[in-house]
Amino acid sequence: MPDGETSLAKECAARVTVVNRLGLHARPATAVADLAQNFTSAITLRREGQEVDGKSIMQIMLLAATQGVELDLVAKGEDADEACRALCELFARGFDEE
Amino acid sequence: MALKLTDIVAPGAVVAELNAAERDEAIQELVDALVEAGAANAEHRDALVAAVLERERKGSTGFGRGVAVPHVKHPGVTKMTAAIGRSPHGIDFSALDRQPVYSIVLLLSPDNNPEDHLRAMEVIFKSLGNETFRRFLRQAATRQDILELLNEADHQKLPG
Repeated sequence: MPDGETSLAKECAARVTVVNRLGLHARPATAVADLAQNFTSAITLRREGQEVDGKSIMQIMLLAATQGVELDLVAKGEDADEACRALCELFARGFDEE
Repeated sequence: MALKLTDIVAPGAVVAELNAAERDEAIQELVDALVEAGAANAEHRDALVAAVLERERKGSTGFGRGVAVPHVKHPGVTKMTAAIGRSPHGIDFSALDRQPVYSIVLLLSPDNNPEDHLRAMEVIFKSLGNETFRRFLRQAATRQDILELLNEADHQKLPG
C-alpha cells in the first residue's frame, strides 16, 4: 500500500456526555444508531468496563446511561473524523430533547 | 442490588399466546393483561394504550430479531411493570429489520423516574440480546415456561 493510503484507517476518540433529562433512552439510542449507520467506520461507545456497538440500538440500551453519564466514543475507519464530529454534536444537542 | 426481569414482569400479565394479529391489538391485549393482573390501573387503561401507540408511531420499538419493546412513561403508572406476549404467527410491528415480531415486552414506567426506566430497559435488552433467550421465548408454549425462562435469565443460567 502506498504511504499516502495508510492514513485511510483513521481513529477518532471523544468523551461525550448525556445531557438530556431522560438519558439515553430508546429514542435517543435509535437516533445514535441511525446516525452511526451513515458511516462506514466502526463505532463503539464505552461506559466504564462496558463497550457496545454504536450502530446497535439494542446494545446502546445496555449502557443504561442516565443524565450526566460520560461515555467514550471511538470511531475507526475512513470517515472516523466525520462520524465522531456528527455523533458528538448529537450528544451535545441532548438528542434534541429537553 | 441489580434489577431483575422477575422484579419487573407481572406474572399474571405473561401471555403465552396472544390472540392479536396486529400491533395495536397486541398492545391493547398486553395493557389489558396488566390491568387484569392488578399491575396497572383500570382507570388509565385507555390512556396507557393511547400513549404506547403514540410512542410507537414516533418510531417502532420493533428493534429487530423478532422482538419488540413497546413502552411509555406515564403519570398514571405508580409502579414500573411489564407484560410479555408471545405471538406464534408473528405480528407486523414495522420493525427496523422489517421482520415479524414474535416476542413483545411491554413496559410501563412512572413518568418521574427516568433512571429506573433505563435500568429496566437495560435488563430487558440484556435478555433480548441473548440468542438463546430469544429462541426459548419464541418456543415457550405456556406462561409457566416463560416464567421459568425469566427466572433462568435472572440467574444467568442461559448460555450465550
